[in-house]
Amino acid sequence: MTVLDHRPTAPVPPWLPDASGPRTDPAPLLPDTSPVRVLGTPALAKYDPELLRDLYRRLVVGRRYNQQATTLTKQGRLAVYPSSTGQEACEVAAAAVLGADDWLFPSYRDTLAVVGRGVDPLAALTLLRGSAHTGYDPRATRTAPLCTPLATQAPHAVGLAHAARLRGEPVVALAMLGDGGTSEGDFHEALNFAAVLNAPVVFLVQNNGYAISVPLTKQSAAPSLAHKAVGYGMPGRLVDGNDVVAVHAVLAEAMDRARSGGGPTLVEALTYRLEAHTNADDATRYRVGEEVEAWRAHDPLVLMERHLREADLLDDATVARAAEEAEAVAATMRAEFHAEPELDPLSLFRHVYAEPTPQLMEQAEQLAAELAAEQAGAGA
Amino acid sequence: MTTEQGVRTSSMAQALNAALRDEMRADPAVHLLGEDVGTLGGVFRITDGLAAEFGADRCLDTPLAEAGILGTAIGMAMYGLRPVVEMQFDAFAYPAMEQLVSHVAKMRNRTAGGLGLPITVRVPYGGGIGGVEHHSDSSEAYYTATPGLHVVTPATVSDAYGLLRASIASDDPVIFLEPKRLYWSKDELDTTAPSEPIGRAVLRRAGRSAVLITYGPSLPVCLEAAEAARAEGWDLAVLDLRSLVPFDDATVCEVVRSVGRAVVVHEASGFGGVGAEIAARVSERCFHHLAAPVLRVTGFDIPYPPPMLEHHHLPGVDRILDAVAKLQWED
Ligand SMILES: Cc1ncc(C[n+]2csc(CCOP(=O)(O)OP(=O)(O)O)c2C)c(N)n1
Repeated sequence: MTVLDHRPTAPVPPWLPDASGPRTDPAPLLPDTSPVRVLGTPALAKYDPELLRDLYRRLVVGRRYNQQATTLTKQGRLAVYPSSTGQEACEVAAAAVLGADDWLFPSYRDTLAVVGRGVDPLAALTLLRGSAHTGYDPRATRTAPLCTPLATQAPHAVGLAHAARLRGEPVVALAMLGDGGTSEGDFHEALNFAAVLNAPVVFLVQNNGYAISVPLTKQSAAPSLAHKAVGYGMPGRLVDGNDVVAVHAVLAEAMDRARSGGGPTLVEALTYRLEAHTNADDATRYRVGEEVEAWRAHDPLVLMERHLREADLLDDATVARAAEEAEAVAATMRAEFHAEPELDPLSLFRHVYAEPTPQLMEQAEQLAAELAAEQAGAGA
Repeated sequence: MTTEQGVRTSSMAQALNAALRDEMRADPAVHLLGEDVGTLGGVFRITDGLAAEFGADRCLDTPLAEAGILGTAIGMAMYGLRPVVEMQFDAFAYPAMEQLVSHVAKMRNRTAGGLGLPITVRVPYGGGIGGVEHHSDSSEAYYTATPGLHVVTPATVSDAYGLLRASIASDDPVIFLEPKRLYWSKDELDTTAPSEPIGRAVLRRAGRSAVLITYGPSLPVCLEAAEAARAEGWDLAVLDLRSLVPFDDATVCEVVRSVGRAVVVHEASGFGGVGAEIAARVSERCFHHLAAPVLRVTGFDIPYPPPMLEHHHLPGVDRILDAVAKLQWED
C-alpha cells in the first residue's frame, strides 16, 4: 500500500476533478536507478556517425577552451573562471541537443554550453572577465544570462517554456544546475511548477560531486538527485555524465518528450569537477588526489576518443581537424584578451531602466564631469 | 590550538575567526552553520579551524539553501542555542529574506517577548575586490529598514573582534555586516581590551572644518580623504558609526553640532539609502548648528557594476573632497 492509496476515492469532491488516484502514473517516473551509458555498449551502433564525430569535435574544442580560460585567469586577464574541465560531455551535449528556437538557462559554470549554442566565445566570457555582465543578446541567441545566484534560473526556464506553450510554439527550455543548487528552494519550486503546468522544460543537474567544498552526501540524503523528480510527478533520469553520447541521448529523449506535450524531465548527469571550484578555490582542503585521479581515468574526452576509435568511427583526419579548430579558438581567445577591453564608464547609467530617471541622468553628468576633469588633469 | 590572549597583529579575517573561537569556547550554546563553513573554513576562511576544534555539529556544513539555513537557525534559537549563520556573499543572503523579515525580525514582537532570537547573521558585503555580478552588493538598507534587527558593521580589526563577540552575546538578532574588502587589513588586536558596545559611534579623527560620517568599508577612504584635505587647509573629523541600528544619535549630534558641517559617506546607492536617514536625522536635530546642508557621497543608483568599472561607482577620495568643497567655507 502506498501513500497514494489513501487518496479519497468517493465521493469525488467537485473541486478536485480527478481525486480517484495519483495524477501521475508513478511507474515510469524513475524506471532505472543505474546511469545510462552508451559508449562501450552495442547501443553505440544506433547513432549517426556524423553526430558522434560532431560531439567528439565539440569535446576537443571545449577542453581547449577550458584550458585557455584557466590560463587567462593565471595571467590576470580573466577575473575568475569556474572551469568545466571534466564536465565537457554535459556542456557539449546540452548545447548540441537544443534546436535553434529552444532556450538555454545556464549557470555560471556553463560557459561552454553557451558557446556551443553559437554565442561568440569571447562574448560568453565578459561576465567572468569583469568587463560587462552579459556580453551577448539573450533574445538573439536564445540564451539567458549566465546565472550566479544558485537555482534562480530554474523557475525562469519554467515560465518561458510555459509562455511558449501558451503561444503554441514548439520551444523547449533547458535549465542547467549543479548538485548543490538542488538544495535551494527555487529548484524545488521550479520542479513543482513545471510538473503542475506540464511545461516543456528539461532540468539538467550536473552532479559533479561537490558544491565548493561540500560533498553530495552532505547535500542530499536521497538515493539520487534524479529521485527528486518523483515526488513532483515528473520523470527522473540518471546518466553517466562523462559519456557524451549517453547525455545527448537522454537529453534528446527528454527534449522530444517536452516538445510533444509530455511535460518536464529531471536529468541527473553523474560527472566530476576535475579542477577546483574556481581559480580562487583550494580543492586540496576538501578532497584527496586519489579521487581526482580515479575520475581522470574516466575523462569524457578520453572515453569518447577510445570508444569511437574502437568502433572504427574516428579517423586521424577528424582528430587532426578537431585539434586545429581547438587551437584556433584558443589563439583567438589569447589575442582578444591580450588587448585591454574598451570600456565606457558612462555605460554604467545605460540600461538601468528603459528610460533613465532624472536622477540617473544627473549622476551620469556628474561622472562625465569627473572624467573630463581627470582628462584635463592628465593633459596638463 | 589556543588563542593567545593579549596584543598581536591580526587581519580583520583573523580577528573575526578569533571572536568566533572565543565565543564558542565561552558558551557551548554557540553554534555556527552555513555553506562551506566546516571543512573548508569558509570561502574567506573566517571559520578556519573551528570544525576541527569544536566538531562538525557546532560548525555545521549545511546544504546549500539560505532560507533553510536561517529558518533552521530560528528553530535552534527557539530551543536555546545561539546560532551564528554565515551567508556566503551579500547577494546570496536574499533567498533568506523571507525568514529574516517575517520571522527573525518579528519573533520577539509577535510573541510578546516570549521568544527572542539570539541569532547572528554574518554577511560579507560590499565591493572593491573585483568580484563578478552578485558578489559586491551593499545590502545594509534592506536590513536597516526592517525593524527588529540590529545592524552592525566593523571597520577596524579591534571592532571586528569586539563587535562580533557582542553580537553573539546579544539576545536580539544581529545582522553583522563584514566589509569584505577590509578582510585583509591588518592592525594590532588586543583581545583583552574592552570594546565599545553595540550602538555607539566612535570618533576616529577629530577635526574642526567638517565631519565625515561613515561606516564599514568607507572608513579607510574617509580617513584618507581627511589626510588629503589638509593640503586644502581643511581639518576634517571622521566619525565611524559602527552600528546602524541602534543609531547613536547622541554622538552624531554632538560632533555635528561642534563642527557645523557634515558629509555622509557610504558605498551603497544613495537613493533610499542609509545616508538619507542620517542626513534627515542630523537636519532634524542639528538644524540650528548647521552652516550648510548635510551632503551625501554614495555609490550611484545603479546595479553594482562589472569589476572593471567599479572604481567609477565607489566613492573615492576625490568625490569626498568635492563634497567637502561644496560645503562653502566662508563663515
Ligand atoms: C544563492 C546562492 N548561494 C550561494 C552561492 C555561492 N556559491 C557559488 S557556487 C556555490 C557552489 C555550487 O555548487 P553546485 O550547485 O554543485 O555547482 P558547481 O559549482 O559544483 O557546478 C556556492 C555555494 C550562490 N552563488 N548562490
